[in-house]
Amino acid sequence: MTLTQFLVIGAALFALGVYGLLVRRNLVLILLSVELMLAAVNINLVAFEAFLVTTQAIGQVFAIFVITVAAAEVGIGLAIVLMIFRNRRSANVDDLSLMRW
Amino acid sequence: MVTAMVMAVAEGVVQAGDGGFFADTAGIMLILPFVAFALIMTVGKRLPYHGGEIAVAALAVNTVWATVLFVMNMTGGVLDQTTFEIGSIGSGLVFELGWVVDGLSIMMYFLVNFVGLVVFVYALGYMHGDRRLEWFFAAFSLFAGSMLVLVGAPNLIQLIIGWEGVGLASYFLIGFYWEDLDNVRAGNKAFLTNKVGDVGLILGAILVGVSLGTFDLAELGAAAAAHDEALGAVAVAGGLLLFFGAMGKSAQFPLHIWLPDAMAGPTPVSALMHAATMVTAGVYLMARVFPLFEYLAADTRQLMVVIGAITLLGIGLLALVVDDIKRVLAFSTVSQLGYMMTAVAAGGYTAGLFHLFTHAFFKALLFLGAGSVIHAVHSNNMSDMGGLRKEMPTTYWTFVVGSLALAGIFPLAGFWSKDEILATLGQEGYITVMWVAVAGAFVTAFYMARCIALTFHGTYKGHGHPHESPPIMTRPLVALAIPSALFGLLNIPGVSLPGIGSFTEWLAVREVVMGDHHAEAIDFGLAAIGLAAALAGLALGWLVYGKDAVTQMERDRFQVPLLYPLLRRKYYVDDLALGVVGATTGPLARFVNWTNNYVIDGVINIVGGAVKWLGGLVYNGLDQRGVDGVFNGLSAMTDGAGSVLRRWQTGRVQQYASAFVAGAIILVVLFVFVV
Repeated sequence: MTLTQFLVIGAALFALGVYGLLVRRNLVLILLSVELMLAAVNINLVAFEAFLVTTQAIGQVFAIFVITVAAAEVGIGLAIVLMIFRNRRSANVDDLSLMRW
Repeated sequence: MVTAMVMAVAEGVVQAGDGGFFADTAGIMLILPFVAFALIMTVGKRLPYHGGEIAVAALAVNTVWATVLFVMNMTGGVLDQTTFEIGSIGSGLVFELGWVVDGLSIMMYFLVNFVGLVVFVYALGYMHGDRRLEWFFAAFSLFAGSMLVLVGAPNLIQLIIGWEGVGLASYFLIGFYWEDLDNVRAGNKAFLTNKVGDVGLILGAILVGVSLGTFDLAELGAAAAAHDEALGAVAVAGGLLLFFGAMGKSAQFPLHIWLPDAMAGPTPVSALMHAATMVTAGVYLMARVFPLFEYLAADTRQLMVVIGAITLLGIGLLALVVDDIKRVLAFSTVSQLGYMMTAVAAGGYTAGLFHLFTHAFFKALLFLGAGSVIHAVHSNNMSDMGGLRKEMPTTYWTFVVGSLALAGIFPLAGFWSKDEILATLGQEGYITVMWVAVAGAFVTAFYMARCIALTFHGTYKGHGHPHESPPIMTRPLVALAIPSALFGLLNIPGVSLPGIGSFTEWLAVREVVMGDHHAEAIDFGLAAIGLAAALAGLALGWLVYGKDAVTQMERDRFQVPLLYPLLRRKYYVDDLALGVVGATTGPLARFVNWTNNYVIDGVINIVGGAVKWLGGLVYNGLDQRGVDGVFNGLSAMTDGAGSVLRRWQTGRVQQYASAFVAGAIILVVLFVFVV
């Protein structure tokens, strides 16, 4: 196993996340796409740590932080989605273009 | 101790204790009602009695304090003063707040707190379910508290503070039902008439205080007793000004016009105002500065006695012709205040204050009794009453006790105090005024007989079925009927009760001892004359009004031509006051208006025109073209930019995200391939 293989997986996952973010119309799926991008970043962090820096586990620590923040973020995000759905009977982003001129 | 005090009075030195704890903490009585005021305003709404319980609790504690001090003063005399310096003007005039504890102030503390407590309890029943109850009890506490600040004042400044506080609280309470314009007018009338007197009080206080270098009342008394020259120079003017202030508050002719109108307030307010808190302030002031009149301003006495005499007989007569039961009592109060003022002015310090003391109990009783009747028949007019003695026995009997006490029937309280006033007047040589006072006693008995006959006897003429008031209202009546009946015995001339002395001795406990012109023994002849006048008044009143009369015409059948219309129009004093004010202010106002229109306006118009022309120049040249041009240009630019840029704000999240991703890609390309 080489570093490149991990980086390719990470890049593929990230691209997948960006695609989902831009294309999906359902708010829940958009949130999931964001999670995918964060996972991609985590893979990169851990891989770099394993192959380049060997003793301090900085990459793992960062990955833990990212997971924590991601959990909090998705918690808030889902709560917002829930409220929007309750108010507007829809979770489609195209219906939510309220903040405009 | 009692004998020692009697000796002391004779020798001009008072032996008294300092009162210890209760005198040192007497200030709590001055503060508690204000604490109650704040509490009622904040949490009163949530309490079952809308704050009434707080007001009652505050006055109950106060009453305990006042009673302890009263008893201590009975048994040994209490003389103490506590002051705190607040600030000073220049080097000489120091401003202090505090409280005086001496015979006079203890008597007033007891009176205000005890009568106040009884009236507050009564008000819990009387006002039950009324509007703005918490405001009522808050203002009521303010009323009692201001009066306590007034009577506890060690100097003229604090006295004025309390004085104005009383005026303000009375204004709130007289105009309590402000939905009705008449009540608002009555409040204004009371406030403004009082203000006329207040001018005298303030000017007098300044005159006396500045010439003496201090506002302290004890020092004022000491300086007067020592015939201080600086004070002597202004004594007559200062004394008259202070008396003018007292005339306003104590409703002396011709400043009495506000008091009958003050009946617009709820009945408990009238009871408190007429008994303890408001109208007694003027008499109290006269008693406080008594040494000034005793030693330096004796020349003013004639005038003051005459004004008191006019008030006591002239205004007493008015009570004969009014139909409103509260107004009968109001005119009666003015008349009794005339007695007090005459007595104090004639030198009868004790006589005047003793009448103040007994009058407070029976007048509060009469007002609360009237309130009880009004509560039952829902009308103030005696033409709607009659025959209530069967339905309202407690109210009836207590009202009779109060009326007989007021009329001066032996052995009730009013007999002793009124007799003492007659004796003092005779002793001091005011023989004519003494006979006027006897005539006043006759009139008093007459109108009270009329009042009882029309209210409680004959047949009922109102609507509905009246019934006795609840116990919370009748028990205060009984609580006041007892002192109304018995307290006269506290000051039988020449009699010193074993162990406690007499009212005269209690009052003699003060910093400056002065020659008190009280009678040393009962003058049986004079007492008999006074009693005969009162009995004759009662008999005649009963003769005229005892027979049941249905219509107003029948009631007024005794009316004397000329006199009757004069009384009905209240001697035209109210009209005169309005007329004089109207007649003098009318032309004055027209003159001021003319000056305003042609002289002042002319100048203003010229100046205004010039300024306007200059302004137009500046406006058109500089402002419109120069300054505004810059701003208009700027805002047009901002507006244009905004209308272009706002198109970017589509509200579609994914467009923003796309732009974001595109930007990120551009940055990556730049980093990887360019840098």
